[in-house]
Amino acid sequence: MKKQALDWRYRQANKEALFALGAYGLFFIWWYVFAYGLGEGDPEQYAYVLGLPEWFFYSCIVGYPLITILLWIIVRLKFKEMPLEDDAPESREHVEQG
Amino acid sequence: MSDTMMTVIPVVLYLGMSIAVALWARRKAAANESSQGFIEEYFIGGRSMGGFVLAMTIIASYTSASSFVGGPGVAYRLGLSWVLLAMIQVPTTFLTLGVLGKRFAMEARRMQAVTITDFLRARFKSDVVVILCSLALIVFFMAAMLAQFIGGARLFQTVTGYPYIVGLVLFGISVVLYTAVGGFRAVVLTDAIQGIVMVVAVTVVLLAVINAGGGMEKCVASLKAIDPGLITPTGPNEAVPKPFIMSFWVLVGLGVLGLPQTTQRCMGYRDSRAMHDAMVIGTLLIGFMILCAHLAGALGRAVIPDLPAGDLAMPTLIVELLSPFWAGVFIAGPLAAIMSTVDSMLLLVSAAIIKDLYVHYALKGDASRMTVISLKKASLITTAVVGLLVFFAAIEPPDLLVWINLFAFGGLEAVFLCPLVLGLYWGRANSTGAIASIVIGVGTFVALTILKPDMGGIHAIVPTTLAALIAFVAGSYAGHPTK
Repeated sequence: MKKQALDWRYRQANKEALFALGAYGLFFIWWYVFAYGLGEGDPEQYAYVLGLPEWFFYSCIVGYPLITILLWIIVRLKFKEMPLEDDAPESREHVEQG
Repeated sequence: MSDTMMTVIPVVLYLGMSIAVALWARRKAAANESSQGFIEEYFIGGRSMGGFVLAMTIIASYTSASSFVGGPGVAYRLGLSWVLLAMIQVPTTFLTLGVLGKRFAMEARRMQAVTITDFLRARFKSDVVVILCSLALIVFFMAAMLAQFIGGARLFQTVTGYPYIVGLVLFGISVVLYTAVGGFRAVVLTDAIQGIVMVVAVTVVLLAVINAGGGMEKCVASLKAIDPGLITPTGPNEAVPKPFIMSFWVLVGLGVLGLPQTTQRCMGYRDSRAMHDAMVIGTLLIGFMILCAHLAGALGRAVIPDLPAGDLAMPTLIVELLSPFWAGVFIAGPLAAIMSTVDSMLLLVSAAIIKDLYVHYALKGDASRMTVISLKKASLITTAVVGLLVFFAAIEPPDLLVWINLFAFGGLEAVFLCPLVLGLYWGRANSTGAIASIVIGVGTFVALTILKPDMGGIHAIVPTTLAALIAFVAGSYAGHPTK
């Protein structure tokens, strides 16, 4: 197992996991900055976009399509297709279990 | 034809369709000649999910009654602040798939793992870990399924006016039937259909609410007139303080990695392309669904301002605003959310009993000691019996199970999060660490939930996760590495 753990697919998979965590971090920052940056004041002073308070519009309505587009870009550019089966053409019936 | 009949028709049509899918899946499974082949088919669908189905099944098994009734109900009381909180769930799909990632899919294939417990067994080589995990899964899932059944039957009762038991029988029996008969393939295909039904349902109800409130601007103005706190990120009277909302980034963000019904999906997809697609599709759809459902609850306050309880918000809005037929289509949405959660849990409980405990301990891990026919029968019967047990419990819910359900979500996270993620990525991780983290994690969570010490608004799951993590690391350094 140790040897296989070093193959390129594992290194690539680790990188991809970090990208997913990075996207999670970016989504958090976007959500936080708009919600509390624009929303913490007096509700009387709120500006509105399409009928919704500005903080809500940017943080919630714009946030999730944006992260979806970002993910699409990350997946297209940084994620690689790879075989999920081990290359060794061993038959499944003979693999020892557990 | 009476109005209630019109409401029930879409529901029944929809349940019938789920069962038809199960029968179709059954025929696919019948082609398997070997026992291991059957197990791979019944419990993980032969690892053949494409991107769309994978995205849908992760969303559907994650979203439950609370996403459609409970959550929007709180949004009704606390306004846009609760919608803001709900949006923390957007990363669920991509985080689960991305963090467990391809390593998990590759390891699972190499180990022939079909459940999370299989993976943990192969990784930690410890019977204590396996038995603790299997028991936790069986107990917490039974309690959680019960809560889902009760939620669904009550909702059905509120909307149609038929007695509680009618709703329970109708969807309780269908979900048990199609899961037992069709296995994993039926579960994920119905999940995909259920996902589509949910998307349609939330869109319809949100549009109906905005329309009834006289447009978005007027809705928001009415909310502000009721209480300006309804349109702030912290809610009326600071009901949603920052430490509380931040806890949810731990609870649902990381927490979802500890939910076996969701994470098990990550070992069942066809190829890396399917995973890439699912990350994007899943994020888009879950964001849409959560936003529409909760926003409808929040804006619903502007339309019907004086309901005595938040939980009545969604059912009342549906009955008041939609025609009977569309009410039926909508009601299928939360029922779908409930059924898609129950079916996954049901199958995993069955897998825990058959695969993790029976095949491993009674047959010494060799499934081929059992003929394919008897294995098929045993799997079907186990699934059906577990489902019926929960169904009968839901007729007169026992207090004990209702009480256990309070711990289900956090308990599962305390058990599975560290062993799963660290087991995957940390070479040093071993069984001493896993056992320490399970025991201390669950202990901390139960203690904090019962004692309710003042933690400044922080949810019990935050210290629990921290304690479980520390115990895992300390245990791993104290114990011997896994051979």
